[in-house]
Amino acid sequence: MIEDIRTLSAQYAADPASLVFLRLGEALRQRGQVDAALKVALQGLGRYPHLPDAHDLYARILTDRHDYATAFDEWDTALRHAPHHIGAHKGIGFLYYRAGEREQALYHLRIAASLDPDDLGLRHAVERVGGGAEIWDMPMPDAPPPREASAAAAGPSSAAVPNPADPFAGMDGGHDRLLLVDADGLRLGGGLAAPDGRNVSDEAAALLAATTREAARAARLLELGGWAHLTLEGEALSACLLMPSPETSLLAAMDTALPAGQLTYFADRAAKAARAWLERVQ
Amino acid sequence: MTSQFQAMLDGLTRLRGVRGALVVSLEDGLVVAESVMGGLKGGALAAIGATLAGRAVELSGRGGFGRPRFLHLQGDDGALLVAPGHDLALVALAGRDVPIGMLRLEMLRTAERLG
Repeated sequence: MIEDIRTLSAQYAADPASLVFLRLGEALRQRGQVDAALKVALQGLGRYPHLPDAHDLYARILTDRHDYATAFDEWDTALRHAPHHIGAHKGIGFLYYRAGEREQALYHLRIAASLDPDDLGLRHAVERVGGGAEIWDMPMPDAPPPREASAAAAGPSSAAVPNPADPFAGMDGGHDRLLLVDADGLRLGGGLAAPDGRNVSDEAAALLAATTREAARAARLLELGGWAHLTLEGEALSACLLMPSPETSLLAAMDTALPAGQLTYFADRAAKAARAWLERVQ
Repeated sequence: MTSQFQAMLDGLTRLRGVRGALVVSLEDGLVVAESVMGGLKGGALAAIGATLAGRAVELSGRGGFGRPRFLHLQGDDGALLVAPGHDLALVALAGRDVPIGMLRLEMLRTAERLG
């Protein structure tokens, strides 16, 4: 039931430091007054930057505005503050499902369902994503990277056998979304394709090394400490650049519509694979 | 025009953890307008932000990413954020533990008004 917005607005006006902004923001959102809801949520976050419910509210509003990348970050922040936050698990589960990442969607939705077993809608969502009611007979996975876990469980396969020539063997995007270069910009592995399918690996390789050098220089001059990554959000593709080792640069690219958190996760996994490959070949 | 930019930048630096925000010319890396905390050198931040944006524009072009909308350089102790436009870029420096999602949204909104 949508709460009375006038009453909530009056309460909020009387005491702007109270937590009534959470109820007011949600009521406005449910009424479709998304801009007003956003304003209330941002004011609340300004006052309570470490409140998981405030990040959850903000993320729901961002989802209404189709800003899924930022919504993912906000739910991720909520989970860092409160690992058992039901709304954040539901939200991240929804975003993973939307992105076609079924296993990770299921992981988060099942955690949410275990925290709120009376939510029938959530149970139905788990069954829909999991392929039926039998999903409840399956044990909960221990950790969210299910692709790695399932690859390991599948036993020896071409993907599990290290390919000395290919650092990203068996990884999604290993030939068109991941690029590893040395300090001179020479391609060591992977490849990059433009959205129109053109192979742009060699063109991007030289610039990749130069861009990571520039990022390292910027971090040093601005005293940002060790730099973790540079993300570049383009109109069609987004890329995450990092250095798996002091002499190499890695670019991981994804559709811009996918959550930013998913891109950095993808890049981190690729960096691990690149480090393991470098240890083997050097 | 500069006073209009100033109001936009002041709005950004009011956000928690933002140490400085600038409008920068992409062509030469010079400051067009700035709102920075004491101790932070606006000129240096502008030059660094513009150089990094230039590299990103070039990489985006070669990689077919489309026009870059936002750059985020994350370090252990803070982040450099750049929203490049056509001739100008919005550059911000944030401290540690700043919610980047919110700042990104505000910067993209502000950058739209840069034209």
